Amino acid sequence: MTLLTAPKVEVANVTKQFGEVTALSDISLTLGQNEFVSVVGASGCGKSTLLSVIAGLEGPTAGSASLGGHVLTGPGRDRGVVFQSATLLPWLTALGNVEFALRGEEDLSKKQRIDRAREVLAQVGLDGFEDKYPSQLSGGMQQRVALARSLSYGPEVLLMDEPFGALDALTRRTMQELLTEVWEKHRMTVMLITHDIEEAVFTSDRVIVMTPRPGRIRAEIPIELDRPRHADIIGTPAFHSYYTEILALIHERGH
Amino acid sequence: MSTAPVQGAPTAETSVPAGAPPRRRRSAVSPRLTRAQYLTTAVLGFVGLLAIWTAITLSGLVNPLFLPSPLAVANALVGQAANGQLLEDVTVSTYRVMCGYLLATVMALPIGLLAGSFARVEAVVEPIMDFIRYMPVVAFVPLTILWVGTDDAQKFLIIWLGTFFQQVLMVSDAVRQVPSSFRNLGATLGLSRLQILIRIVFPSSLPRVWDALRISLGWAWTWLVVAELVAATSGMGYRITQAQRFLATDIIIGYVLVLGVLGLVFDQLMRAGGRSLFRYQKGRS
Repeated sequence: MTLLTAPKVEVANVTKQFGEVTALSDISLTLGQNEFVSVVGASGCGKSTLLSVIAGLEGPTAGSASLGGHVLTGPGRDRGVVFQSATLLPWLTALGNVEFALRGEEDLSKKQRIDRAREVLAQVGLDGFEDKYPSQLSGGMQQRVALARSLSYGPEVLLMDEPFGALDALTRRTMQELLTEVWEKHRMTVMLITHDIEEAVFTSDRVIVMTPRPGRIRAEIPIELDRPRHADIIGTPAFHSYYTEILALIHERGH
Repeated sequence: MSTAPVQGAPTAETSVPAGAPPRRRRSAVSPRLTRAQYLTTAVLGFVGLLAIWTAITLSGLVNPLFLPSPLAVANALVGQAANGQLLEDVTVSTYRVMCGYLLATVMALPIGLLAGSFARVEAVVEPIMDFIRYMPVVAFVPLTILWVGTDDAQKFLIIWLGTFFQQVLMVSDAVRQVPSSFRNLGATLGLSRLQILIRIVFPSSLPRVWDALRISLGWAWTWLVVAELVAATSGMGYRITQAQRFLATDIIIGYVLVLGVLGLVFDQLMRAGGRSLFRYQKGRS
């Protein structure tokens, strides 16, 4: 997808140090309006730190991140975050967890919040599971609730930090298809952090490859595969060539 | 937005809940017991203990003045129950434990929650608590008698001294164990620091806080008896010292057993309370 409009998210020359360690070194990137971008790299390449900076959970040591032209100074409801662990509140049901996020919408009545929560849970395929507590849900279903929670209040950007990393391979594939389908229906700006190249190519419009020590952007690969995408594209030669290209970039250290 | 469920609705994952529910206590090496097996084994343990006790008294190895038989102890307890003294002693002692314990709990909860949440409060509170809790409570008994006399207030004070400082440390520890990802979640949902504490951190810590309170209730009973042994005109501890004067070992042992049962009952009540409050937790015992 080419950028016809101003970028939604702009990261400009961000450096992040933790003591002596440089987690991010002079990172610049943009996310276009309604663009789905993945960031891949080996562990320790700073990709999660990058997400934390955009989420406003970590302040950059130098440089800035901005949303819609405004420099970000802290976390906020204009960005939804899905963490690696579902971080569901255990004393609330699936419905309660989504409704909890909607309490920040002051113009919604309790009934409207519940209706909205049901609607979003249905979107992620959880109708019938509204009254289950997190301890009664599988890992994949917990992550669906977390996704529904972040979608519920309509943030401008969805930030996902290895959301499927802890799931088994089959559930992960289902979740990737679900995410792609939800995104294709309700386009929005997404940044997905992952170490799974297949996941990045399958879901994204563009893949950003990072290399570690210090965390730098190695390359940006536009993924020009047709949408809507289904799991069967994973076996195609086009898909495979993206996969090997990115794999080579990740392993090509010392640049 | 449409509400139609999308492809990839829960299928395989639905039937596989995350981790099988641990129904009963787990053991590292042996297989789990069913509830019935567990209870039977536990009762057999008590019966075995009783049998050993009976055997020792029947063998004549020990003077019954020092170790009366289980039957003698039971008779003594029945006597105390019949003349109403047992109920009176239990009532007085329970009242004292509850007052001292609730006083300590009501004070420890907010202080512990704050100490667990704010590094500055922690730095002020915890070293002091750590210091005081190593002072033997028993050594405060004479001082408390001088301060407040020998009436109920002194019992409350001893129980408070024995539980409050420990409770603060345990509660603040429970709060500190709430994963930081929960705080991050609150921040990304736009909650203020105070809202994160009240809506996320405190409720997350409650199951652990409840366990801390349950454990400290057991200590409250211990300190009550200590206080009553030294200076009292009523209560379980008082009756034990009275019995000592008349060499009534059957009453002493009977009362000690009753104290054990009371502790067990209150512990089970707290456990049941925890199970019903925190029903959302899997495998809570």
